[in-house]
Amino acid sequence: MTYIKPKFRHPELPKNDIGYVKSDYEGAISTLCAGCGHDSISAAIVQACFELSIEPHRLAKLSGIGCSSKTPTYFLSNSHGFNSVHGRMPSIATGANMANRDLIYLGVSGDGDSASIGMGQFVHAIRRNVNMVYIVMNNGCYGLTKGQNSATTDAGATSKAGGINNYPAIDLVGLALELEATFVGRSFSGDKNQLVPLIKAAISHPGFALLDVVSPCVTFNNKPESTKSYDYVRAHLEATATIDYVPEKEEITVSYEPGMSAMVEMHDGSVIQLHKLAPNWDPCDRFSAVRRLQTAKAKGEVLTGLLYIDQNSRDMHNLEQTVDKPLNSLREEELCPGSGVLARVNADFR
Amino acid sequence: MEHLQSVNDLVIRFANVNGTGSASANNMFAKAIFRMGIPVSPKNIFPSNIQGLPTWYEVRVNENGYLGRRDGIDVVVCVNPQSMRRDVDAVKPGGFFIYDSSKRLHPEFMRDNIHYIGIPMTELTMQHYNDPRQRQLFKNVIYVGALSALLDIEMEVLHGIINDQFRTKEKLIGPNLKALDLGFQYAKNHYDCPLDVRLERRDKVGDCILIDGNTACGLGAVYGGATVAPWYPITPSTSLVDAFEKYARKFRIDPQTKKKRYAVIQAEDELAAMGMVIGASWNGARAFTATSGPGLSLMSEFLGLAYFAEIPVVLINVQRGGPSTGMPTRTQQPDILSAAYASHGDTRHVLLFPSNPKECFEHTASALDLANRLQTPVIVMSDLDLGMNDHMSPPLTWDDSRTYDQGKVLSADDLEQIEQFGRYLDVDGDGIPYRTLPGTHPTKGAYFTRGTSKDEYARYTEVGDAYVRNVDRLMKKFRTASQLVPAPEFYQKKNQSKHGIIFFGTTTYSALEALDLLKEQGIEIDALRITAYPFHETISAFIEQHEKVFVVEQNRDGQMRTLLINELEISPKKLTPILNYDGMPITAQRIEQLILESFPEEKMEIAAIKGLN
Ligand SMILES: Cc1ncc(C[n+]2csc(CCOP(=O)(O)OP(=O)(O)O)c2C)c(N)n1
Ligand code: SF4
Ligand SMILES: [Mg+2]
Repeated sequence: MTYIKPKFRHPELPKNDIGYVKSDYEGAISTLCAGCGHDSISAAIVQACFELSIEPHRLAKLSGIGCSSKTPTYFLSNSHGFNSVHGRMPSIATGANMANRDLIYLGVSGDGDSASIGMGQFVHAIRRNVNMVYIVMNNGCYGLTKGQNSATTDAGATSKAGGINNYPAIDLVGLALELEATFVGRSFSGDKNQLVPLIKAAISHPGFALLDVVSPCVTFNNKPESTKSYDYVRAHLEATATIDYVPEKEEITVSYEPGMSAMVEMHDGSVIQLHKLAPNWDPCDRFSAVRRLQTAKAKGEVLTGLLYIDQNSRDMHNLEQTVDKPLNSLREEELCPGSGVLARVNADFR
Repeated sequence: MEHLQSVNDLVIRFANVNGTGSASANNMFAKAIFRMGIPVSPKNIFPSNIQGLPTWYEVRVNENGYLGRRDGIDVVVCVNPQSMRRDVDAVKPGGFFIYDSSKRLHPEFMRDNIHYIGIPMTELTMQHYNDPRQRQLFKNVIYVGALSALLDIEMEVLHGIINDQFRTKEKLIGPNLKALDLGFQYAKNHYDCPLDVRLERRDKVGDCILIDGNTACGLGAVYGGATVAPWYPITPSTSLVDAFEKYARKFRIDPQTKKKRYAVIQAEDELAAMGMVIGASWNGARAFTATSGPGLSLMSEFLGLAYFAEIPVVLINVQRGGPSTGMPTRTQQPDILSAAYASHGDTRHVLLFPSNPKECFEHTASALDLANRLQTPVIVMSDLDLGMNDHMSPPLTWDDSRTYDQGKVLSADDLEQIEQFGRYLDVDGDGIPYRTLPGTHPTKGAYFTRGTSKDEYARYTEVGDAYVRNVDRLMKKFRTASQLVPAPEFYQKKNQSKHGIIFFGTTTYSALEALDLLKEQGIEIDALRITAYPFHETISAFIEQHEKVFVVEQNRDGQMRTLLINELEISPKKLTPILNYDGMPITAQRIEQLILESFPEEKMEIAAIKGLN
């Protein structure tokens, strides 16, 4: 259902297509540390939803536990939110999505939440291609429990508490590609120009869209040598391409030199426009994405942008062949076979 | 030699090898007796193994309708040399040992106080079938044929079952009938048929059905409107979800599009299964999952979340022997406490205790209503015996005017009417707040669901008063629950005795039989069956009204007794545990014996009063 928002708004504030202003997409005041990368990602989510003219109540935001998982309080206060338990947001989101396929699901997690305690659920949500946006606010440490190393911490790094990390870091993007995720992107909390269109594209994608967003923890893991610090990422950021997300109804105006740009058409008619393409990479070719990622890794670069998209993505409802109507809207007459049928069932057991 | 004699009162044990197709022949045997109008109660006793280990099928036939397990085996049908020692020893003096006489029986298995009946099952199959798999399968049908002659099972009834069973595979009917006849003729020609332990047609099953509890639960979930069923395989709950899926596939396909009006999702583990139930219920779908002990342990964190964030959850726990992996293919009631108080912090969960398949059906369907009404987990406490064995049960019934209770869910119009929505406000004074579903209204009703403490408006808070108000309201809600759950069953209009007995679930059969046995000895005991937790107020009244109350259950620690003591502040001395925890269903004889042992003097006294000394 669509409701006209009755609230008075300053006439000069820019409105989106459905008459909302940006503040309609905001949330409570953040209680994270000043400068925390997670806050910038929240701001990018607000911007993306505003620009996409999403009705806030048609989106559900879900998270696990961690500083990152707290952020859903700080955006989209007119959306239902679910701050679940540590590492288990994917299963909650899967169940929610099964119940009502008509809403947009936005999951927010941390590297501890997704790469350690919740790794199993993360992997299986990808495998099932649950139609959702899954943002990992990746700071390479456990923020909320005060700076322990996480599974994405650089090998050899020393935690604030002094512990050395002896183990290699898990690259969630590489993992997702291996798992044949249908939308894989990486970004940086400090690169709004890239992050906002990526989030918009991820929302439009009919399937599991992973965005691994490097998001520095200024309190526990922002030493310049950390690959999750502001300094390092700024110095080593390498983008597959710059990205524009063009909704269906807008005309595509910018044009780039041939060979330097690509257009990926989404199922809903919108278009992802990529330009300044990295060589040897095609966003629709998983192998090239894997290769590109490995090359960047070898060079110590942080490869960002849209890495891979499967235009033929079939989400979980599609794979399960559930009815088009949301399951939560089915009523007795559609669900209950009735007493006549039960009498026949009884007869089978005599 | 002693000579057993009985009509419609026997226990027969089939000793088979797992994975040899004996199950369907054994089922045919039980069903035939049922179709002869005689109450019957079969039990699978199987190993945690797919092929090769011993497996037993024990059938109690009792025309008085006693359906609990009984000690003492009248007839053994042994087709498994592996377990022969145990099976020979299990036969009651004067009983019968039916074996495959294709090979001579080793003298060490000869007892002089039982009767031996050899049927050359293997030899007969070798003579009449070529395919090795068929030989193995029809060996089982041959012994059913022999039993037909030996126990006087009506052949037409067996034919009827075979015809029903192979309706769609007509080719198989002929060979099956032939096998029946081979066994029948052999027994007829070599032994005096029928034996003195035999059957006779009766009219004692009425309109009952013979069905297992898991199938009934699965049907209950279909009828109760469940649409999302995430699960993780575990014995003995697997066949429950299988049944749900089977009937959903039959009755829940959209006729136009052929798409499903349900989703069965095999999760990666029980944590995820429970998470999906929570997500789906939070979003307004009717969802459930089924598991057993180890899964319950894994779901614990999530059950606490559902309790504290107030999200409907339906969980069917088909209990098996614990702790840990325990006895995965044996029955117990060992999860009472871990289910009632699952998860850290002050939590308590609504439990339902079905005691037959009809209640499995009804409790599952009403759990979906109750969980939505109460916005909390409801756990249906079945067990392996109830779930995986066929039980004679009244037929399943459904009232077509019944509607699904969605509980206190506000619509967009409702939201327009109210001043300010408070997700955790106790508007009605029953402790149950109102909720909204995602997507309902653009500006009203959105709230943040969390496992952290919150105030009435779902705002995070660490203020002590707000926390206390919230958890006290949860307690009030739990008291409301005691009014909404099924009431206990009393077996007397008025108390007759200073002694009482409490039982629940599958101990009911044997408890009721034990009461009759005691009555024959002049001992009267008032009885109560618990059907749900939180406990109905009549339960504490019942305990108060009796000097001594026996609590019958199938676990070592007397967990229901502990729960009663803890919840109702009863003196432990008052409650005498009557326990059985060897993995087999408790027998009436054991209950009788333990009760007699517990008050020898009183027994005398009561008997004296009744003039029976
Ligand atoms: C079962 C469980 N174990 C441990 C914790 C404690 N805990 C809370 S947040 C967290 C780590 C969070 O790290 P991450 O997901 O990276 O989020 P960040 O705070 O870094 O954004 C831990 C271990 C918990 N809440 N639940
Ligand atoms: S501890 Fe780190 S992750 Fe947490 S809020 Fe502070 S900066 Fe952000
Ligand atoms: Mg982190």
